[in-house]
Amino acid sequence: MQVRLADRVTDLAIATFLWAFRISVVLIVVVGSFLTLSSGKYGLETWTGLVITGLTTGSVYALVALGYTMVYGILRMINFAHGDIFMIGGFAGYFAGLALSRLGFLNANAIASLISIMIMMVVAGVFALVVALLVERIAYRPLRNAPRLIPLISAFGASYFLEYSVKGWAGPGVYAFPDVAVLDQLVPIDFVRIKWLDVLVVIAALVMMAGLYFFVMRTKVGTAIRAVSEDKATAALMGIDVDRAIVTTFAVGAAMAGAAGVLFGLMFRQINYFSGFEPGLKAFTAAVLGGIGNIPGAMLGGLFLGQVEAVGPQLFLDGFGVPGLAGLAKAVGFTMLVLILVFRPSGLLGERISGTRA
Amino acid sequence: MADAAVALEVQDVHTFYGNIHALKGLSLTVAEGEIVTLIGANGAGKTTTLNTICGLVPPREGQVRLSGQDLTGVPPHQIVARGVVQVPEGRRVFARLTTEENLQMGGYTVRDQAVARAGIDRAYQMFPRLKERRHQVAGTLSGGEQQMLAIGRALMAEPRVLLLDEPSMGLAPVLVEGIFETIDRLHQAGTTILLVEQNARMALQVADRGYVIETGKIVLADSAASLRENPMIQKVYLGVA
Ligand SMILES: Nc1ncnc2c1ncn2[C@@H]1O[C@H](COP(=O)(O)OP(=O)(O)O)[C@@H](O)[C@H]1O
Ligand SMILES: [Mg+2]
Repeated sequence: MQVRLADRVTDLAIATFLWAFRISVVLIVVVGSFLTLSSGKYGLETWTGLVITGLTTGSVYALVALGYTMVYGILRMINFAHGDIFMIGGFAGYFAGLALSRLGFLNANAIASLISIMIMMVVAGVFALVVALLVERIAYRPLRNAPRLIPLISAFGASYFLEYSVKGWAGPGVYAFPDVAVLDQLVPIDFVRIKWLDVLVVIAALVMMAGLYFFVMRTKVGTAIRAVSEDKATAALMGIDVDRAIVTTFAVGAAMAGAAGVLFGLMFRQINYFSGFEPGLKAFTAAVLGGIGNIPGAMLGGLFLGQVEAVGPQLFLDGFGVPGLAGLAKAVGFTMLVLILVFRPSGLLGERISGTRA
Repeated sequence: MADAAVALEVQDVHTFYGNIHALKGLSLTVAEGEIVTLIGANGAGKTTTLNTICGLVPPREGQVRLSGQDLTGVPPHQIVARGVVQVPEGRRVFARLTTEENLQMGGYTVRDQAVARAGIDRAYQMFPRLKERRHQVAGTLSGGEQQMLAIGRALMAEPRVLLLDEPSMGLAPVLVEGIFETIDRLHQAGTTILLVEQNARMALQVADRGYVIETGKIVLADSAASLRENPMIQKVYLGVA
């Protein structure tokens, strides 16, 4: 009886703390936003600029987050090398862009630029896919039935291996992504300042996400992937090749991450062996935010994280006079992760974070 | 029945879970068009027998043959393609897939879309309830509907041999009647069936022959009629005093 009472008190203390925490977070957000907005320090133009930044980075997070969430859905495993697959895709796209630039095609005219970017994304996607399949075959498949922590360690190993292979071969330096002049031009509309680059990133991401959604929800192979995610043994009893479904999942996730690597390169203009680390971590955060294993959740989580990161520091904290806001963007992402999980442990669209076996 | 060609043959299989010796030299046969039941207590090894046949838990020793062809070591999805299909214990419908998607998955090995479509229509004809529920996710179906779906899904692959693992488990008596009627109908239509049951009474009514399994071994094999009259069976499995 005594033990039970002690447990009750602890539970109550934790619950009280969590509620106090939740209430203070809501207060900070509400009061901070109110103070910032009522100060009138920033005009509409600043806010739309921030929203657009959030939309583009968020689109990239979403594309990468899908790979984390799909692999988690089918293997209950965090593929920590996914960020490096994204980086490798970026590198492949970089070299394709370099070649196209040397041919004089990249900036020949707007159409040539668009075709060039598509070529870069396809090259990046294919290259990322091949590397991801090798990683799956070598580092993950032999450990399929091992305890859960083992493949995670293998994933860390794969991540290091990829990063330092690229470092060994490309050096530690930063490569400047080829310039695509037309992307820097403004879209000719007056009410908002938006570059063609922003339009490209958002549309490319939307098209890929819509394609993925159609593939997973409407095709036979996509349905098989969902079946395998739910119950591998029964899926095998339906005649589904479980290994092939898993490989397809890795391939689709990697191709999207690779293509996203090109978009990211075009946005930030540079790439090196470590470029996948931070976006990878952010995308993983986005996947958890959305509810890991949930595909629309990953999309929503990515876009949400992009927005919070871009708009959040300014909106919530500026009113309190917190200095150095730009530098806070990175911290905000992970603070967001903790906060969302405090409010909704299963993520925005997730059901239960673990043990959803029938 | 004795002179019909052998469809499924399990010969002296030994199956292990790690160090647990679950099947200890088990053998059985099912002839073309025959319905055979495997009865035994909980934990005797009935599910393991079916999973050994399906390749999910390959035997360490012994052989499984389909019409003389060796299935041992063939991966599960290819065994399905060759015509051995299981309705697993506890139904195991894909809870997040719709009824129709579950049926589609049952027909995964069917290449021709028109044939798959016809299979779905056949399943709806057989179980009109499934048609009403076709866009509903299977997790929201009742136990009886899920069992219909599990059977309909297995039939999508047009099995040469159908394996059923305790189809009556957890169902209300009236639903059990319905399931056994369905099994009988499938048998009348010529499907070869191996039926695992704890409900020995019902199983021995529909079956041609039966095997009794105890701790991984067949201890008795006879016609269903003789098993029904067997005093030991009556006492242990039929609950006759
Ligand atoms: N996945 C498993 N791991 C370890 N032992 C198992 C596993 N599945 C079944 N067994 C054991 O094998 C024996 C046979 O089980 P099973 O085939 O499920 O019996 P039945 O279907 O007749 O109830 C039991 O002793 C059971 O504990
Ligand atoms: Mg069983």
